Amino acid sequence: MTDATHGSAADKSVTTDPSGPMLAADGTPLKTSLNRALRKQKRRALFLIAPLLVFILVTFIYPIGEMLFRSVENQIVGDTLPRTVRVLADWDTEASDIPGPAVFSALAKDMMVATEEKNHTRLGSRLNYEASGLSSLFRKTGRGVDDVGEGYTEQFVALDPAWEDPQTFIDIFAGPRWLDANAVYDGTGPRPTFRLAAGIGEVLPQTASIYRDFARVVQTEDDDNPAEEEPWNAVYLALYEDLQAGAVIPADMAHADMLNAAQVAAASFTTTDVLADFVSFDKDWADRDVWRIIQTYSAPYTTGYFLNSADLQLTPDGVAWRPENERVYVTLFIRTLIMSTAITVSCILLGYPIGWLLANLPSRQANLLMILVLLPFWTSLLVRTSAWKVLLQDQGVINDLLVWIGVVADDNRLALINNATGTIISMTHILLPFMILPLYSVMKTIPPSYLRAAKSLGATNWTAFWRVYFPQSVPGIGAGSILVFILAIGYYITPEIVGGTKGVFISNRIAYHISTSLNWGLAAALGAILLVIVLGFYWAYDRIVGIDNVKLGG
Amino acid sequence: MAQSDDAFVEFDHVQKSYDGENLVVKDLNLSMPKGEFLTMLGPSGSGKTTCLMMLAGFETATYGDIRLDGKPINDIPPHKRGIGMVFQNYALFPHMTVAENLAFPLQVRKMSKDVQKQKVMRALDMVQMGSFAGRRPTQLSGGQQQRIALARALVFEPELVLMDEPLGALDKQLRETLQFEITNLAHQLGITVVYVTHDQTEALTMSDRVAVFENGRIQQLAAPATLYEEPQNSFVAQFIGENNTLEGVVAEIKGDTCVVKLDSGEVIDAVPVNVSKVGERTKVSIRPERVEVDTAKLGPNAHTLKAEVLEFIYMGDIFRTRLKVAGIDNFVIKTRNSPDQTKLTPGTTIDIGWLPRDCRALDA
Repeated sequence: MTDATHGSAADKSVTTDPSGPMLAADGTPLKTSLNRALRKQKRRALFLIAPLLVFILVTFIYPIGEMLFRSVENQIVGDTLPRTVRVLADWDTEASDIPGPAVFSALAKDMMVATEEKNHTRLGSRLNYEASGLSSLFRKTGRGVDDVGEGYTEQFVALDPAWEDPQTFIDIFAGPRWLDANAVYDGTGPRPTFRLAAGIGEVLPQTASIYRDFARVVQTEDDDNPAEEEPWNAVYLALYEDLQAGAVIPADMAHADMLNAAQVAAASFTTTDVLADFVSFDKDWADRDVWRIIQTYSAPYTTGYFLNSADLQLTPDGVAWRPENERVYVTLFIRTLIMSTAITVSCILLGYPIGWLLANLPSRQANLLMILVLLPFWTSLLVRTSAWKVLLQDQGVINDLLVWIGVVADDNRLALINNATGTIISMTHILLPFMILPLYSVMKTIPPSYLRAAKSLGATNWTAFWRVYFPQSVPGIGAGSILVFILAIGYYITPEIVGGTKGVFISNRIAYHISTSLNWGLAAALGAILLVIVLGFYWAYDRIVGIDNVKLGG
Repeated sequence: MAQSDDAFVEFDHVQKSYDGENLVVKDLNLSMPKGEFLTMLGPSGSGKTTCLMMLAGFETATYGDIRLDGKPINDIPPHKRGIGMVFQNYALFPHMTVAENLAFPLQVRKMSKDVQKQKVMRALDMVQMGSFAGRRPTQLSGGQQQRIALARALVFEPELVLMDEPLGALDKQLRETLQFEITNLAHQLGITVVYVTHDQTEALTMSDRVAVFENGRIQQLAAPATLYEEPQNSFVAQFIGENNTLEGVVAEIKGDTCVVKLDSGEVIDAVPVNVSKVGERTKVSIRPERVEVDTAKLGPNAHTLKAEVLEFIYMGDIFRTRLKVAGIDNFVIKTRNSPDQTKLTPGTTIDIGWLPRDCRALDA
C-alpha cells in the first residue's frame, strides 16, 4: 500500500485499499480526520456553555447534592460521643438491663467534651427527632456533667497536692513539639495544636485521650494555656480507671514516682457511682430505650430520615410503623399526588378549548387571546394567590355572588379556602398557561385540512375530532401534563396561603423542616423522595408516551 | 340559466362573500352532467377554490343554490354529502397506517370488517399501492402519498370527487404520470370529477371541460380545444397557452372577418369575436405557432407585417423566435424543427402573416 503510493508520486489523490479503512487525502484514516474535525467543534461548544455549566454546578448541582447527602448523614452521634459509641457497640440491645458502668464512664468523658464545645444540645436536638425528651435529657446532663468524677479529683489531691498543679499533667502528657511551640506563642493567631508525648497513649490510653481533648478545648474554646488550667474531673476519672486497669508505668517517665504511688493508693480509693450521677441529672438515663436509640443511631449513615419520611422508624427490633398519631408523610405524599393529578386534569379540561381557539382563530383575535393567557405570567405569583384569597373566602366575592343569586344559603356559605378545594382552584389558575402553551404550539401544527378530510370522508364533527384531531394533539397534552404535574407536585407558596391544613403539599412540610424545626435531614429525605417520584413519573411517561413525542414548540 | 335535466352538479346564481363588502364568487352558474371531468382553472384568488369548498360543504354560499343530483345541498353538512375529496397536502392522517386511512370512511359508515378489508385492498390495488397497506404516511414519498389520498377519496365509492390542486407539490415528471392515472381512473370508474388547478397544461390534458376563473367569474367554460383555439376574451387568450397580443382599432367589419388598424399604423385581418362596431378598441390575439413566415403560403390579398428578428432559440422539437412587430418586441413565433424549416437569423427583417381565422379580435 505504501509502496503503491510511492510508486506513483504524481498521484496525490485519495488512495483506497479495499481491505483497509477509508483514507483521507493525506493518508490518515478517514475516521481520525473526522474525529479531529469534530473535536474542534465540540471544544468550541463546550467553551460556549462553560459559564452556564460552572454556574449551575456551583449554585445548583453542588447545593442539591449537599442537601441530599444530609438525608443519610448521621455523623453527629459518632462525632460527639466517640467513646460511648465504641463501648456501646458491645452492648446487647436485647438485654433487659441498661449498659454497664464502662458506658457511663465513657459518656461522662464525651459529655464533658461536648458540653465544653456546646455540641451536646445539637446532639440532643438530633436524637429528639427519633424520640421526644432526648433534647432536654442532654441539656440537663450538660449542666451537671463537670462534677462527675469530682470524688477522684479530691482523693488524688489529698494523696499528693502536686496533682492539683496543671504543670504536673503538662509534664506527663505534653509532647516536646507542642511545648516548644507553646513557649514561643506570643498571643496572636491560633494557639499551637496540642500534641501528646510519645508513648503516653499506650501507658495511660484513656487519660491521654481525654487530656488531649481537654487541652484542645482549653485552647480553642477558652483561648487559655492548658499549662495554667486545672484539668477536668473527667481527666482524674480516666486516670483512676487507667491506673486501676493495671497500667505499667515506665521508670523513665515524668512523675513516674507520683504515678506509681497513685496506682498503689487508687486500689483503696472510694469509688464513685457514675451511673447514679447521671440518673441524678435525669432519670431517663436509666431507661433502656434511650440507650437503644443512641445505639441504633450511632452509625455515621442512617436510613432513619427516609424511614421517617415514610412514617416508619428504625427501632432496635428493625423497621416499624410510627405511632398512629405521628404518621403524616404518607398521607401528605398521597394527597400531593392526588391533588397534583386533579390540578393537571382540570388544566387539561380548561386549557384544551383555549388552545384550540388560539390555534384556529384569525391571528388578530388569537394574539389578543394569547396576551390574556400570558397576562398571569406578568403578575406576581403572590398577588395572584392573594387575589384568590379575596375571591374564595367565606365573605369573599364568589360566596357573596352565590348567596346573592340564591344558590347557597347565607348561613351555609361554601368553604372554598383553607382546604383542598382552594388549593386546586388557585393552582389550576396559576398553572393553566403551562398547559395552554404546549397545547397551542402542537395544535398550531395540525393543518385544518385533516379535519376537512375526515368530514369529507363521512365523519361527523365529533368523530373527526376524536379520531383525527385529538390523537394528533396528544403530544401537546403530554407535554402540558408533565409540565403542570411536575410544577404542581413541588408547589409551595399557593398551598401555603390558601391551603389551610387540609390543602397543603409535601413541599410545605419540607419548608417547615428547613426553616422552623431545623430538621434538615428529614427535609432532605422528603425532598429526595419527591425528586424520585418526579423522576419516576418522567420515566413512566417516557415508557408509555415517549419523550420524543413531547412538543413544547414547533 | 336553463336547468338541464341531466345536470348532476349545478351552481345556480351562487355568490360568496367573506367580509360582506367584496364578492369572491360573483353570480356563478355551472352545470355538469354525470361522469364529466371538469377543471376549474384560474390564477390564485380567482375564486375557484372557494367554489370547490362550497361544493364540499366547508364554505356556505352567501346567495344562490348548489344542487347535487337535483337536490339542493346548501344545508347538508359535509359529512353527509358523500363527496370524495383529495387535498393538495394529501391530508393523510399521520397517526394511522395506510390501510387505516383507507378504512376510515368505511368505519364511519359502519361497514363490517370483512367488507372494509376487501374494499381497502381493492382501492389500494387500483392505485398500485397494494403492498403499502401497513406503512405510515410519513414513510411514503409525495407521489405515493397522493396515490393513497386518491384511493381514500375513492374507497367509499362516491359519485363525485373533488380534487384541490392534488399534484401541486409534486415534480413535473411525477405530475404527468399521475395526471394520466387520475383521468384513466375517473373514466374507468365513471365518476364525476371537479378538479381545481392553476396549471393550464394540466387543465387542458385532463379535462372534458375547463372553467376559466378570473375575478370571481367564469370567463369561459369550454372543452380544452375550444378554449385554446377560440378564446372568448383576452384574459382567456392570455391565460391559456402562449399568445401574441397586438392592440388597435376596428377599421372595418364585413361578415365574419374584420380589418384592424394597429396603433403602429399597419393593418391586419382578424375574426371579430367580441367587437361589434367600427372604431372600437380591440386586442388582437395570435398563437405563436399560427404565424406564417413563408408569406407565399398565405392568400393573395392577405395583409402582412414587417418583423425584425431579435432572438432565435433552439428548443429541440421547435424553434422559438422573438420578433419586433408593430412596435412591440415580445412577439414570439414557434416553428417546427423540420428539415426544410428556415432558421431565422437575428438582425434580419422578414415578412410575417397569418390566416384571418387564426387571428381573433377580442375585447380591449
